[in-house]
Amino acid sequence: MPLPRLIPCLDVAGGRVVKGVRFRELRDVGDPVELGAAYSDGGADELVFLDISATVTSTAAAAAVAARVAEHVTIPFTFGGGIRTVDDATSLLEAGADKISVNSAALERPDLIEELARALGSQAVVVAIDTEAGRVRSHAATRDAARDTIEWAKECEERGAGELLVTSIDRDGTQDGYDLEQLAALRDAVSLPVIASGGAGNAQHVAEALEVAQAALLASILHEDPARLVSLRAELKELGVCLR
Amino acid sequence: MTTVAIARYGAGNVRSVELAVRRLGAELIDDLERADLAVLPGVGSARSAMDGLGEAADLLRARHAEGRPILGICLGLQLALDESEEDGGVAGLGLVPGRAVRLEAERVPRIGWAPVDPGGEAYWFAHSYEAVTDSTVATSEGHAAVVEHGSFVGVQFHPEKSGAAGQRFLEQCLSRA
Repeated sequence: MPLPRLIPCLDVAGGRVVKGVRFRELRDVGDPVELGAAYSDGGADELVFLDISATVTSTAAAAAVAARVAEHVTIPFTFGGGIRTVDDATSLLEAGADKISVNSAALERPDLIEELARALGSQAVVVAIDTEAGRVRSHAATRDAARDTIEWAKECEERGAGELLVTSIDRDGTQDGYDLEQLAALRDAVSLPVIASGGAGNAQHVAEALEVAQAALLASILHEDPARLVSLRAELKELGVCLR
Repeated sequence: MTTVAIARYGAGNVRSVELAVRRLGAELIDDLERADLAVLPGVGSARSAMDGLGEAADLLRARHAEGRPILGICLGLQLALDESEEDGGVAGLGLVPGRAVRLEAERVPRIGWAPVDPGGEAYWFAHSYEAVTDSTVATSEGHAAVVEHGSFVGVQFHPEKSGAAGQRFLEQCLSRA
């Protein structure tokens, strides 16, 4: 298997990296290119940019950010937020993104996953799943999607998804550790790579997640500080995690 | 200045290859016949790529017959083989004897950084199919990672997305062209 991956996640709104509590009180924390490049220098294996303003703005704005990132960042990156059509996704890949991520749009119209896989190849299609108590949440986790998480994960795989980005809403922001039980159930249910998200508070948590998932998404644990990624990598290596 | 032409076939992340080539100081031109190095990039599916190549397919075959350098990346490596079992079977360019088959791995697609031997340097992979060919010169976890046949060099990984290691690899390709 390829090496376990550390993937910093950057929330983007209006072309800037932002930090907010449950999508409110957004605070500007920097430029996506500068922060992305700093994480890349700090040893990130990939990056994820989530455009949290994308439901109100256009994917053209997201593509402009992706184009700027591609000029300066030479590791793979995923773009998510507001992608509803193959054309949206294609514009992001043509700008230089390697993968796109879909969430609510795939729940509303699951055929979208097949369309994306056919047009872009499965390896470029990430389905993000927000899960709480074994059930899928949609629309930034504000609504019950009326689906079982494991069943939805299997359906995503059958429809051609290339990766699952699974966020435990129960754990998100708690820093209590990833939902390892849920991740293990997903590992057994699908043969796609799984990116674990939600709950990381320390290196031990990340190491535990990387035993059941292929990658760990890093958000609040980094405090928007690339230097924290460097120290986290060192701590993980001390714990015996084999990183790039 | 080394000139590079990229074979285009529609969809795919061609811009990352363009940016990487420019970063190394090479000049991008449209002429697949005259460029010092032709690059066959790769994202998407085998059938749509072969359909999209059109007359570029013949230009690439002619280049290969003349012993002029071609670099195939990911799907671009798989397209250079005789055939691919993707999409129910697709005829390739036939530059390299061999075929592309569905990847046998613990997790498919195989996504992430993995060491390539000999050398041990890690590069970034993202693939669901793999090349099976006697022209394999380097492997990664048992899968073909670098393939060489005549003037064709193919890599299963993405050098344009593999940070400093990828840049060094591309630099070598350019200096040999």
